[in-house]
Amino acid sequence: MNDSVPEHRLHYLNASYGLKSWLLTTDHKRIAWLYLISVTFFFFIGGFFATLLRIELLTPQGDLVQAETYNKLFTMHGVTMVFFFLIPSIPAVLGNFLIPLMIGARDLAFPRINLASWYLYIIGGLFTLTAAAAGGVDTGWTFYTPYSSIYSNSNVALTVIGIFVTGFSSILTGLNFIVTIHTMRAPGMTWFRLPLFVWSHYATSIIFILGTPVIAISLTLVALERLFGLGIFNPELGGDPLLFQHLFWFYSHPAVYIMILPGMGVISELIPCFSRKRIFGYNFVAFSSLAIAVLGFLVWGHHMFVSGQSIYAGMIFSFLSMLVAIPSAIKVFNWTATLYKGSVSLDAPMLYALGFIGLFTMGGLTGLFVAALGVDVHVHDTYFVIAHFHYIMVGSAVMAYLGGIHFWWPKMTGRRYPEVLARLAALIIFLGFNLTFFPQFILGYLGMPRRYHVYPPEFQALNVLSSAGASILAVGYVLPLIYLIWSLRYSPVAGMNPWKARGLEWQTPSPPPTDNFEVTPIVVQPAYAYDVLDEPEVIYAPEKAAHV
Amino acid sequence: MSDTPAIHAHQFDDSVQQHEASWLGMWVFLGTEVMFFGGMFLGYTFYRTAYPQGFAAASNHLDIWLGTINTAVLICSSFTMALAVRAGQIGQNRLVKIFLCLTIVLGIVFLGIKFTEYYQKFEEHLVPGWDFRFEGALVSSAEIFFSFYFAMTGMHAVHMIIGISLLTVLIVKATRGRFSASYNTPVELIGLYWHFVDIVWIFLFPLLYLVGRHLG
Amino acid sequence: MFGPNLPLFPEQASTLAPRVDALLYFLLAVSAFFSLLISISIVVFAIKYRRRSDSERPPLILGSLGLEIFWTAVPLAITMVIFVWGAKLFFVSFYPPPNALEINVVAKQWMWKVQHPEGKSEIDELHIPAGQPVKLLLTSQDVIHDFFVPAFRVKKDVLPGRYTTLWFEASKPGTYHLFCAQYCGTQHSGMVGRIIVMEPPAYATWVGGGGTGGSTTAAGQKLFQTLGCATCHLPTDSGRGPSLVGLIGKTVALQNGRSITADENYLRESILEPRAKIVMGYQPIMPIFKGSVSEEGVLQIISYIKSLTPQAGAQGKK
Repeated sequence: MNDSVPEHRLHYLNASYGLKSWLLTTDHKRIAWLYLISVTFFFFIGGFFATLLRIELLTPQGDLVQAETYNKLFTMHGVTMVFFFLIPSIPAVLGNFLIPLMIGARDLAFPRINLASWYLYIIGGLFTLTAAAAGGVDTGWTFYTPYSSIYSNSNVALTVIGIFVTGFSSILTGLNFIVTIHTMRAPGMTWFRLPLFVWSHYATSIIFILGTPVIAISLTLVALERLFGLGIFNPELGGDPLLFQHLFWFYSHPAVYIMILPGMGVISELIPCFSRKRIFGYNFVAFSSLAIAVLGFLVWGHHMFVSGQSIYAGMIFSFLSMLVAIPSAIKVFNWTATLYKGSVSLDAPMLYALGFIGLFTMGGLTGLFVAALGVDVHVHDTYFVIAHFHYIMVGSAVMAYLGGIHFWWPKMTGRRYPEVLARLAALIIFLGFNLTFFPQFILGYLGMPRRYHVYPPEFQALNVLSSAGASILAVGYVLPLIYLIWSLRYSPVAGMNPWKARGLEWQTPSPPPTDNFEVTPIVVQPAYAYDVLDEPEVIYAPEKAAHV
Repeated sequence: MSDTPAIHAHQFDDSVQQHEASWLGMWVFLGTEVMFFGGMFLGYTFYRTAYPQGFAAASNHLDIWLGTINTAVLICSSFTMALAVRAGQIGQNRLVKIFLCLTIVLGIVFLGIKFTEYYQKFEEHLVPGWDFRFEGALVSSAEIFFSFYFAMTGMHAVHMIIGISLLTVLIVKATRGRFSASYNTPVELIGLYWHFVDIVWIFLFPLLYLVGRHLG
Repeated sequence: MFGPNLPLFPEQASTLAPRVDALLYFLLAVSAFFSLLISISIVVFAIKYRRRSDSERPPLILGSLGLEIFWTAVPLAITMVIFVWGAKLFFVSFYPPPNALEINVVAKQWMWKVQHPEGKSEIDELHIPAGQPVKLLLTSQDVIHDFFVPAFRVKKDVLPGRYTTLWFEASKPGTYHLFCAQYCGTQHSGMVGRIIVMEPPAYATWVGGGGTGGSTTAAGQKLFQTLGCATCHLPTDSGRGPSLVGLIGKTVALQNGRSITADENYLRESILEPRAKIVMGYQPIMPIFKGSVSEEGVLQIISYIKSLTPQAGAQGKK
């Protein structure tokens, strides 16, 4: 394959020009860019809300904003980050771009549904932004009743409509991925030759399709209760507020696995490439993704240990929560073992991957603290929980996203990125992150509750440390925004496979042609065949030429 | 009768792969619908267990005759739908259109009866949040029953309306000769969707209309 | 540690606290071990196996079933230990001992209303004696709140429409934070208070200072008369309603064939929504008292009903 300058060759970016060719595209690669721009936008909006929160929390008193505003800020931060960044980011950006390439297909099974997914995401986002502009919502992203259904005076209905609509975006993406992976693999691409990135997105898609409808109906019931005074969750009218918690967490716990499984898939690609070694325990890593998806549906009650649910429910959920930790542990051990006797290169994506493993280990272990009944009674609804989930969502998921963006940037754009700056940004993010969130474990055990606008003065020192870390973290996030945009014009052109990586996506030019492969490849190697790096990964049979 | 060659969308290798993908896609989508309605069934079950008397009393206020007629109407519409699919499989385009029309007519009859029932409930002050009145001490649980009644049958009606729209699109396509014995996947898949919506009703009907009713 | 401006660990002020902290230390040790194991392995491998030339080709290592079993079994064993330990602790913190001093708490946006059985009431403060188990009966007038005392390591959601319970035994006198730990609206972070633990003699003096309405039980008895409960609920089962003597904790047979244990939640529901559960053999004629009696009033009536033990004149303080 040639390494010609992108501008002289027809590929998916220059195949057509104009706004319409982008807004009406059915090319999964262009749709991935539409998502990339939108999720970045929402990430910085959510980050802006967080910035205001951390500035307010520099002092024990409420001196930056009023209590009601603060409550709206943390709610909007949660809603934006969870539903409009974390859930879509890796699947809709990297998954959309890479899955057809990784399996040797020309596109996803349903390209127009893919575009519809993006529009649903945007419409949902517009509803939520409108709610924010109209004064925001102050229920917390968890919308507990009866506060959300009766007492709150904020824009609950608008926000839940936004989440409802965006939920369908997720459902359709999951549906598309499952059908594509089942039916459109290239010849020779058997299930157990699939990249683990594909396995993890398959597992994520199972959660998308089985879990998301439940939150759709839960939030619909809240909206109906608010608008028509139904009484389903209102104890005055015979309703039960705990029913909402069960319905809500039935989705929202699996949702956190939606947020981490794709990231784990990215790490499973980065580690073998940057150790030039087959992944250790492929089958175990693949099945652990499925195990997490299945077990993840059985543990929702661990958010409700002190809610007034029965002690036996608590015990069952605690037990199952311990079990769901095991597949994640298996992955961590397998990734680490892959490094052993490897040929390790610490490029920026690898720095993100190694940082992920460390931070995910810590985040996952602190999950045991909250899954343990006796300790959770103390740390539930405190900053301990906040620290725990940010270690996973920010320390792990966001780092995996950035690692993936850097790794596949040459493939997506045909350009490299500035390596020194990228490594520097990774380091700044790692340090800033730890300074922001580690003190919060201590704050939580000390007893500082979540969602507190003002706090007792003895908690100030740790809060100041946390806010200082957040300012460093912010710098770390802005850097890639700047240099990645800069790289589009000024970085050297990338060849087809600048990392000498395995994977079908590296067997086609950078950027790929619109139909991904000039000729449908036939896979002849197992996944991550780095031990035979000099042998070809695919062969081509003329009679199996792709439909032109 | 036109016999269009087996074409397929560009992302697929052949029409077999396309058919397989479309078929799997519809089943996965129906799986999401099960979870969607499932949430409401769960809530209903929870409250019925908590308030058996209230639910029984409220259920007796529903018009069992209209409900039964509607059940029969929907089952017939599934039958005509199945006939449409069969006609498509043997390439009988005219029959496809006739049976799709019949299915739409039956669907509209269903919706008509449903909205008549809604109007009746409105007149009887049994719409929650809209001057709801129910005699006796069971008013709270009755209101919860009717909340679920309207939410569940309303969501079902929305799915019916979507189904009827899809059937209309199918008729337009059939008129333009899009279907043949070798390509009638859309008819088949929307048939699946229609049967699913029917099955949801078959669960809704006894759970809502037949609570605590005894013969005689 | 590090003085009052940089506390790193909360005080242990209850009998439960050291036990919770013990499990915490175990969890910290496990976490430190595995975090260090993984981090150090990563650093060592990244250095020792750093790429020295682009042409090097690492050996083919696919995996090891033995290792997979090992590092599945060991975490499983450790998590099971954590589960059992945590469950046992939870069991202890869930069920109050029988001799606990019962205090009623009603939460509302955004304050805590405390009612001592002897009659004293407090707002946003709770005085209790050290060395004596205390059981709180909690309910909310509006949204879900949560009663959280970090120094005791206890927490429980406070719900509208029902009671939840929480118990602790303070081990040393002092003043400790009380926080609302379930987001409840605008002034959620202002819904804080103090737990004031006193030596038993000092507490006895404080609580003997008397409230306005006499003891909770006496107030409940008054309501029992004025609301007309006594006309149907006679000391024997011959009245229009069942006798309430010795009711608390008893199994009650209901009209629909099921039976239920009479706890505080059942009593509350029977007062506010009497038609929800009819006792076998009785008519559904009890008036509905929802709207006619406050949450505090219901708690007082329940306190009175609890005092109706078969031995005449005995005050059953659970």
